[in-house]
Amino acid sequence: MFDLDLWREIFQSINKNRVRSLLSGFTIAFAILLFTVLFGVANGLQNTFNEAFADDATNLISIYTGRTTKAHKGLQAGRRIRLRNQDFDYIDNTFNSKIEHLTARVNRRVQASYKTESNTYPLRAVHPEHQFLEKTILIKGRYINQNDLKALTKVAVIGRLVAEDLFINTEPLGAYINLSGVPYKVVGVFKDDGGDSEERMIYTPVSTAQRIYGNTDYINQIKIGYDPKMSYEAAIAFGNQIKRKLKKRFDVAPNDQRAIRVRNRAEATRNVNAMTVGLSIIILVVGFGTLIAGVVGVSNIMIFIVKERTKEIGIRKALGASPKSIVSIILVEAVLITAIAGYMGLLLGIGILKVAAPVLEDYFIKDPGVSNSLVVGATMLLILAGAIAGYVPAKRASKIKPIIALRND
Amino acid sequence: MGASINQIKNMLHITSLHKSYAIGDSSLHVLKGIDLSVETGEMVAIMGSSGSGKSTLLNIIGMLDEADSGTYILDGLPIDDLTEKKAAVYRNKFLGFIFQSFNLINYKSAIENVALPLYYQGLKRKKRLELARFHLGKVGLDAWAEHLPKELSGGQKQRVAIARALAANPKLLLADEPTGALDTKTSHDIMAFIQQLNDEGKTILMVTHEEDIANMCKRIVRLKDGVIIEDTPVDQVRASQYV
Repeated sequence: MFDLDLWREIFQSINKNRVRSLLSGFTIAFAILLFTVLFGVANGLQNTFNEAFADDATNLISIYTGRTTKAHKGLQAGRRIRLRNQDFDYIDNTFNSKIEHLTARVNRRVQASYKTESNTYPLRAVHPEHQFLEKTILIKGRYINQNDLKALTKVAVIGRLVAEDLFINTEPLGAYINLSGVPYKVVGVFKDDGGDSEERMIYTPVSTAQRIYGNTDYINQIKIGYDPKMSYEAAIAFGNQIKRKLKKRFDVAPNDQRAIRVRNRAEATRNVNAMTVGLSIIILVVGFGTLIAGVVGVSNIMIFIVKERTKEIGIRKALGASPKSIVSIILVEAVLITAIAGYMGLLLGIGILKVAAPVLEDYFIKDPGVSNSLVVGATMLLILAGAIAGYVPAKRASKIKPIIALRND
Repeated sequence: MGASINQIKNMLHITSLHKSYAIGDSSLHVLKGIDLSVETGEMVAIMGSSGSGKSTLLNIIGMLDEADSGTYILDGLPIDDLTEKKAAVYRNKFLGFIFQSFNLINYKSAIENVALPLYYQGLKRKKRLELARFHLGKVGLDAWAEHLPKELSGGQKQRVAIARALAANPKLLLADEPTGALDTKTSHDIMAFIQQLNDEGKTILMVTHEEDIANMCKRIVRLKDGVIIEDTPVDQVRASQYV
């Protein structure tokens, strides 16, 4: 129900009592300003965290091997452990239900050349699913596929910077590059958020690399993307289980730390997540604390306003104002002031974050800002807070006996 | 009861009205059984020293306060079981108030103050301002309509208050020391105006402690320690003779 007269009364009251309105508005605006800035800075910190760990999949377990350091089952220390295709298959078969993505990796350094341009690059020979584990983003063309693995095709997916180095003003897709003497067809160009070194990389099928470089079935590394539905604890247990099984498989002493190494991202992620959650909680507590302080401030001001207006309320009641109309005139004024002032605080806070963003970046706070939903939520909360802050004193005011209110000077 | 026929003609009929105030643990018995009838068109002064209960009586009649016991019939309408809401409606429809301290809303102009009771009657803004202007004209303050109370003299403020009391066309006009804050000349001015309203048929009830003001009414009711000790008609002194 829109009551023009009620609004006219309220606007007159706000307008004719400017100091009072400004003071109460300032309190809430300041609270919301702090709230917004704090939340924005917290978001910025979180952005920094996310970016630092966003390069690769977070549900990643990597398996490396080295030399044994302890004699075990009659075998000497110093024995070199090497992963082979059969170990890859063993992991695939044994843990299938817990694995989302699985890839082997064979590392080489190659001299890559195209026409007159030439340079050395690291090469990773991989399975197709490597793309998801490394979060490789294809700019054009395609990634390694199953067909390549089976047919041992000589295809290469090259990094953005490799393409820039070797293909000057030429379309790399479909061209043949020479990798340490063997011609490969370029089928894809990719980028990677991991930085320049990741983009100066060449991917080829693992089977092709094994055939060409030594005709072996050795693998440098196995990478597992475990089922992301797994909890951190389950994932850590899974990593340990793999480690145990492989140690047994290679007759490595259970306490040998070097022969079989399993690096589990879950452990790091758990720590980072715990930290981010901790940070969020602190920010939330501080933010809402600020907001509550603002609400309390508004409540106090409302109580003061009601006290100041007691006589006016008495007059209005003597002239026939119903308790309801007294409540609504005070309540709507409170809500209006909180909403407007709060929104101004919000805008100011967003403005400050925008201006301060370049400076904050030096302090590991990236893209500080608040989301639209938070803006809407905070505004709603404000209106609610204003209503609550205004309601109690308004209700009390409506109950003051007119005779007592009139006596108040 | 013969009185019941009278009640209908009566503007006001009060019987055995009691009121006590709690003061700490004890209670102060302010009104100890008041019986009072006022007929339409009367102009009654309620007198008494401070603490006699005269203001309390006026406040109960004005529904600004509630009695502990007793009956109160206003223009044939029994005033009992007053909820805040009901009291607000009755005050708005039946009563006009004039206070010693004027009680104007300080951030509203004269005309807005006069229009306020009409706002609570739910009248449209245009109609309200029209009526308010008419009543301001009646008290001779047409030219001061847009002025704030602080820009008006005491007498002018009281005139605005009278215009406001009249705006809702009440059955009964209640005045609590209407001249208490005014100098003698202005007091006579205001009294002349109130007498004129009475001449036009308005029923007026007034609390005062000034003999000369009381003598400008038509009847004086004297209270002492919560009871009526004297109720006499007086020869009305016309205030206009002093103006």
